[in-house]
Amino acid sequence: MRFIINEHSIEADVDVRTSLLDLLRDHLGLTGTKKGCNQGACGACTVLVDGERINSCLALAVQYQDREILTIEGLGTIGDLHPLQAAFIEYDGFQCGYCTPGQICSAVAMIGEIRRGLPSALTEDLALEQIGFSEDEIRERMSGNLCRCGAYNGIIEAIRATYAEESAQEREAAA
Amino acid sequence: MRPFTYERAATAKDAAARAARTPGAKFIAGGTNLLDLMKIEVETPAHLIDVNGLGFDRIEPTADGGLRIGALVRNTDLAADMRVRRDYALLSRALVAGASGQLRNKATTAGNLLQRTRCPYFYDTNQPCNKRKPGSGCAAIGGFSRPLGVIGVSEECIATHPSDMAIAMRALDATVETVKPDGTARSVPIADLHRLPGTTPQIETALDDGELITAVTLPKPIGGTHIYHKVRDRASYAFALVSIGAIIQKDGSGRVAVGGIAPKPWRVEAAEAAMPGGARAVADGLLAGARPTQENGFKLTLVERTLGAVMAQARA
Repeated sequence: MRFIINEHSIEADVDVRTSLLDLLRDHLGLTGTKKGCNQGACGACTVLVDGERINSCLALAVQYQDREILTIEGLGTIGDLHPLQAAFIEYDGFQCGYCTPGQICSAVAMIGEIRRGLPSALTEDLALEQIGFSEDEIRERMSGNLCRCGAYNGIIEAIRATYAEESAQEREAAA
Repeated sequence: MRPFTYERAATAKDAAARAARTPGAKFIAGGTNLLDLMKIEVETPAHLIDVNGLGFDRIEPTADGGLRIGALVRNTDLAADMRVRRDYALLSRALVAGASGQLRNKATTAGNLLQRTRCPYFYDTNQPCNKRKPGSGCAAIGGFSRPLGVIGVSEECIATHPSDMAIAMRALDATVETVKPDGTARSVPIADLHRLPGTTPQIETALDDGELITAVTLPKPIGGTHIYHKVRDRASYAFALVSIGAIIQKDGSGRVAVGGIAPKPWRVEAAEAAMPGGARAVADGLLAGARPTQENGFKLTLVERTLGAVMAQARA
């Protein structure tokens, strides 16, 4: 089977029962993606596929051949952090760190969803294409990522700050 | 997880035919529910037929002013579609009330309809469950039954259907389109898709062996105020204790479907005549014949009060 992971083409011969999560961790050594509940309830295994966030524990690897898979390892490096990774450090968006890669991957895609105007359970007027970016919206949209340390306030601050910074840069570029 | 063989289907007809003649075959699309159940060996398919390559991923207008939703349209994409948001807002609202962002990106329209109950005894292979193992008994009756069904249930099973989306589909009078193993197509009204458990809770739908859902069609929009009100144990990412999907017109008439209380999306058209009279009368009609357990009788009150809140919101 051929996979595209963090922009690298990778061949791996795995049992069809292998989840995308186990492919990453056990077969490719990409242990940044974490196994929490292994049943889609905690979000620790969140990765991006073609830019969209999914739970890699509830995905059969065989179904994700030739798709663009992005894990936390592909998002940034220690020398070149993704802005959201830097913000998680700055705003104490973690304590033990186990849920953090999933939180960050999820938030990267979530910001994209808001920019594309996807509605949430808090969207009052579904006809509007512009979605507000409030703390409540972040909490609702990030509800698929649990943090047992309870670092939610820092996580939300990190996401807010990153979104604000991105938006400021966009306005600057447009001007 | 038990071993299985895997193939990608080329056409819907081929997928249906192969599913019907291959022992233990199941379709897989998003897989969010199926893989979860396979890990704990509640589901043990010998063969998986991947239907993701069949197309069925478009939302198109129908000749009579409705909308045809491909079976493989992801929950995220369906909720975000501007036509759905404008004309079938109840569907969009129900979708975003369910699961998480990650799961909605994978879950499909047909898979959402066919997902299994979240009854904790169905999930626990150490417990008797007539749905999982026919004839073994029901540990939920007399057990932890707080989240389970109060109406449409039987002596053999009190499991609920967990879908939010299906509640909206029921209120919107959706029709499910299928292909049978012999290649013929048929249309099943959403009201007839899910079966009540009776003495055979293992049989959950009206679909034949191998029959594949290809689309869900919505009739032309009926206007009105669309409200989905979900009551649950936490504010987000939890299944409904009770949910109300309602479409209410200016004169107070309307439609109501209820989630969290029954083995299928629960709607009693005759009860809707009482809509202008208030929530109590409608709830009485909706819940006639209810058989709650000691732990979940609160749902009867909760249906009435949630419906009351929904009707007040529509008037406001």
